[in-house]
Amino acid sequence: MSVRNLTCIGCPLGCPVSVTLDGDRVAEITGYTCPRGKAYAEKEVTAPTRIVTSTVRVVGGSAPVTSVKTASDVPKSLIFEVMAEINRAAAQAPVEIGTVVLENVAGTGVNVVATKAVEVAK
Amino acid sequence: MKHVQVLVIGGGPAGLAAALAAREQGVEDILILERDGELGGILNQCIHNGFGLHTFKEELTGPEYAARFVRRVKEAGIPFQLGTMVLEVGEDRHVVATSREYGIQEFTADAVILAMGCRERPRGALNIPGYRPAGVYTAGTAQRLVNMEGFMPGKEVVILGSGDIGLIMARRMTLEGAHVHAVAELMPYSGGLKRNIVQCLDDFGIPLLLSHTVVDVQGKQRVEGVTLARVGADRKPIPGTEIHYDCDTLMLSTGLIPENELSQSAGVALSPVTKGPMVNERLETSVPGVFACGNVLHVHDLVDYVSEEAAMAGAAAARYVLGGKAAEGESIPVAAKGGVRYTVPSAVHGGEGIIPLRMRVGDVYQNKNLCVYADDTLLIKQKKRVLAPGEMETVKLDLSKVTGCRQITVTLEDWA
Repeated sequence: MSVRNLTCIGCPLGCPVSVTLDGDRVAEITGYTCPRGKAYAEKEVTAPTRIVTSTVRVVGGSAPVTSVKTASDVPKSLIFEVMAEINRAAAQAPVEIGTVVLENVAGTGVNVVATKAVEVAK
Repeated sequence: MKHVQVLVIGGGPAGLAAALAAREQGVEDILILERDGELGGILNQCIHNGFGLHTFKEELTGPEYAARFVRRVKEAGIPFQLGTMVLEVGEDRHVVATSREYGIQEFTADAVILAMGCRERPRGALNIPGYRPAGVYTAGTAQRLVNMEGFMPGKEVVILGSGDIGLIMARRMTLEGAHVHAVAELMPYSGGLKRNIVQCLDDFGIPLLLSHTVVDVQGKQRVEGVTLARVGADRKPIPGTEIHYDCDTLMLSTGLIPENELSQSAGVALSPVTKGPMVNERLETSVPGVFACGNVLHVHDLVDYVSEEAAMAGAAAARYVLGGKAAEGESIPVAAKGGVRYTVPSAVHGGEGIIPLRMRVGDVYQNKNLCVYADDTLLIKQKKRVLAPGEMETVKLDLSKVTGCRQITVTLEDWA
């Protein structure tokens, strides 16, 4: 049995939630005060995910970089692998919002897409 | 001298939403003046996600949120002028601006919408002792460098202030390979959103040191180290509690101040609490025909609320221009008491319609009722399990219920 202590992010209350794990199985969740808190804690300890946002260098653009995001959330444990690939990537201007900058980043099956348009440099 | 019906100062989220609303209400002749080289304001550097949950029912990044409004402004054919800084708003809504392209320009407007946003509290306002080396940045400046210009401001970082920008930058710098030693917060609580504390600090094991401040900055050319110390209830450093960090960068996220030099030049009365204009339910300032919205009015935590507020200001400016009338009837002051620091608007006229009354509290409170009274009559009572200075509260005020009363009071009361 191990215990993970979390702070719920569902609302400003920020309930301290404790999850008791029996191996990978959730044995008990305490400290939550609403159903959202329980669901949050369950996901956080079993399969935590995050959207990763960063920037990618743009070649021949009116701006040096475009901002990017993972098109959906990726496992939290892979954030730094995702970042390593994003940091090696470059995009050719013009870039539109939604342009795929990286496919299947870090083997997650998720694409990295541009979140800002960059025109070709004048 | 050029005349426009509605002149919008600032092309960030507030200015864009205000201009769109004015157009929707039938104003043809609108002009947005923007200081930067593109529309969108501060959203352009806020590349993290979480914007637009209320407005678009999805989580967008800052640039995506801005792009949706910019596209609507362009589709509506609303003129805007970039690289243009307004120097003065004078009497009779006479506006002086300057730009490389046009030099000095003078405008008169039937209505002016102030949407200049806010700026960060700089080191000079903080009385931080120590040397003045390179490597001290406000968090927003660092954010612009990293996210828009592609520079890393440093590698070993200490952050003072746990406002949302500081928290967001702690994560951003970590993702880009920097080492963020700690975030120090003078207050015993963080001014940032819970979600940001968890996802920007806890996720990366970055310590949040509450009741701590910077007592020394070392290094003559470049920052070489920072010393933090615990503070007591009087917010004064406690000798013997110093912690030293070797670092090359100190970031400051210690508060935002509405940027109101132009409002002052226009003679607009400012609130000593928000540092923004005092406005009525139409978001009209003390100067008829001058409206204010967004962070120049009071600092918001969600851009969705900025858009909503700005749309009200734009619509009100349109009614003023097309109807040619200021608000009528007695102005009823709204008093903020019992832990409520301020409300926006700070005065209303009775009449028809339901308006959002936005406010902040001055401390962390638990188990309180947020109550609104018209004179002695209780109008609204909302049960709150927690209220925090970092989270803006909103109640819907029915103007027909306050018509004829002398004062509206917003206060916190204990659960009975």
